[in-house]
Amino acid sequence: MIQEIALMLSFPFMVRAFIVGSLVALCASLLGVSLVLKRYAMIGDGLSHVGFAALAFATALDLDPIRVSIPVTVLVAFLLLRINESAAIRGDSAVAMISVGSLAAGVLIISVSTGMTTDVCNYMFGTILAMSKSDVTLSIALSVIVLILYFIFYNRIFLITFDEAFARTTGIRVDFYNMLLAGLTAITVVLGMRMIGALLISSQLILPALTAMRLFKSFRAVIVCAAIVSIVSFIAGLSLSYFAATPAGASVVTAQLFFFLTFSLIRKIRQAEPARGR
Amino acid sequence: MTLIACRDLTLAYDQQPVIAGLTFSVSPGDYLCIVGENGSGKSTLVKALVGLKTPSEGEIRMGEGLRPTEIGYLPQQSEIQRNFPASVYEIVLSGCMAYLGKRPFFGSAERKRAETALNRLNLSGLKNRPYGELSGGQQQRVLLARALCATSKLLVLDEPAAGLDPLISKDLYRMIKSVNRDEKITVIMISHDVQNAVAEASHILHLNKKPLFFGTTEAYLETSLGKLYREGIAA
Ligand SMILES: Nc1ncnc2c1ncn2[C@@H]1O[C@H](COP(=O)(O)OP(=O)(O)OP(=O)(O)O)[C@@H](O)[C@H]1O
Ligand SMILES: [Mg+2]
Repeated sequence: MIQEIALMLSFPFMVRAFIVGSLVALCASLLGVSLVLKRYAMIGDGLSHVGFAALAFATALDLDPIRVSIPVTVLVAFLLLRINESAAIRGDSAVAMISVGSLAAGVLIISVSTGMTTDVCNYMFGTILAMSKSDVTLSIALSVIVLILYFIFYNRIFLITFDEAFARTTGIRVDFYNMLLAGLTAITVVLGMRMIGALLISSQLILPALTAMRLFKSFRAVIVCAAIVSIVSFIAGLSLSYFAATPAGASVVTAQLFFFLTFSLIRKIRQAEPARGR
Repeated sequence: MTLIACRDLTLAYDQQPVIAGLTFSVSPGDYLCIVGENGSGKSTLVKALVGLKTPSEGEIRMGEGLRPTEIGYLPQQSEIQRNFPASVYEIVLSGCMAYLGKRPFFGSAERKRAETALNRLNLSGLKNRPYGELSGGQQQRVLLARALCATSKLLVLDEPAAGLDPLISKDLYRMIKSVNRDEKITVIMISHDVQNAVAEASHILHLNKKPLFFGTTEAYLETSLGKLYREGIAA
């Protein structure tokens, strides 16, 4: 067993995947807590589809996928935030429309230009082999920036997540921090798309947060637990995909679901106990 | 000597005025109760006072060195997530945000401020409890403690006792009154409880789309509006 793990870690691409994947999983879980609590989960999902379309576009024009997708997705993130908050139109439906619209556009661009290449399939379902050395460096740098910004603005992010109106009265620039959250989410989604795949990346944002909220009731505990669940799920899922030759994204999501169900079960048992005592 | 003064204030949503031509002022140490029926624009008015809504006409002027970020605001209950995963202490401490300036983290001064507010509202025992598991009355006290952290001059409270049973409401009103009296913190409070308003407030503002009354509580009791309530109490 130990030998097999040593063998797995002797492949440089596996080591790279573990490092980048864990970092991105960490970013996603932290941001995910705010997204879930602010009812922005749809935005995360929409962004993954937008990221996919941007990527298809970049591939068709033979441009660098990550370096094109990130700025486009960040811009759309700001737009989605605007739409989601405007009371005039139904925000969530509009986000859903942009989301399916970009998925359709992405698929169309692909079929017209190159056909369904493995490269595109990789982006839809994720692969650990897709990353070049320079992608790895960029991904690590960007996720570290995301983490640092999150850490610095932790207290402000807490307050705008809990109560935007009160946050405004204390002089916080709420719109700026909402944009920051959306922008960081967009970066994280694009980075994560390579390994988890565009279709499954939004689970990376939502599931660890939901899992942590099953058992933990303070913001800090939820954040820490979501981070741990997310990283452990990623490592478990990626190992599974290596040993059982399963797709990486689906394996990671399965591991996350396993944690979610386990935590839900523990919560059920805990809730049942005091009732029995009475 | 005024802390906050509104002149010819008009507040509107999409050009539809909710309040028009409102003029009143609050002096340091006052306890102003805003009363009026549902939809009369009370919440809209306090949102304008705390800077969440821009007046479409008229002005709000602050005196006595009061800065807009130095107001302790307690929003109407419907606007707060009741099941949010946060401890009482995390929420109360977040009230010190205005004192953070450019710093990323709270220091010992802010933590002490939060402790003081917790003690003031008898919340010390609940410090580490999850907010979502508290009773409605306890949750309101937590939000009041947060507002208290945010200010040492002016509290603006939007129906702090809504949905609480009479005994718990009374308790909450007593705490608000003591903060007003002992710490000389000015209070502007929206309330549907006119009996309490008349008993504890120094001034009353009665709204119904247009201002119906503004003045001291004694004067209010002499008006036909006030008389109605007084007879109600007597009956
Ligand atoms: N965001 C909004 N957009 C459009 N109209 C609004 C908005 N908020 C409030 N209104 C309208 O403004 C009017 C006053 O609302 P407001 O919330 O100030 O009333 P209120 O006096 O606080 O009522 P309540 O006692 O029920 O809390 C209502 O007719 C309401 O429909
Ligand atoms: Mg109201």
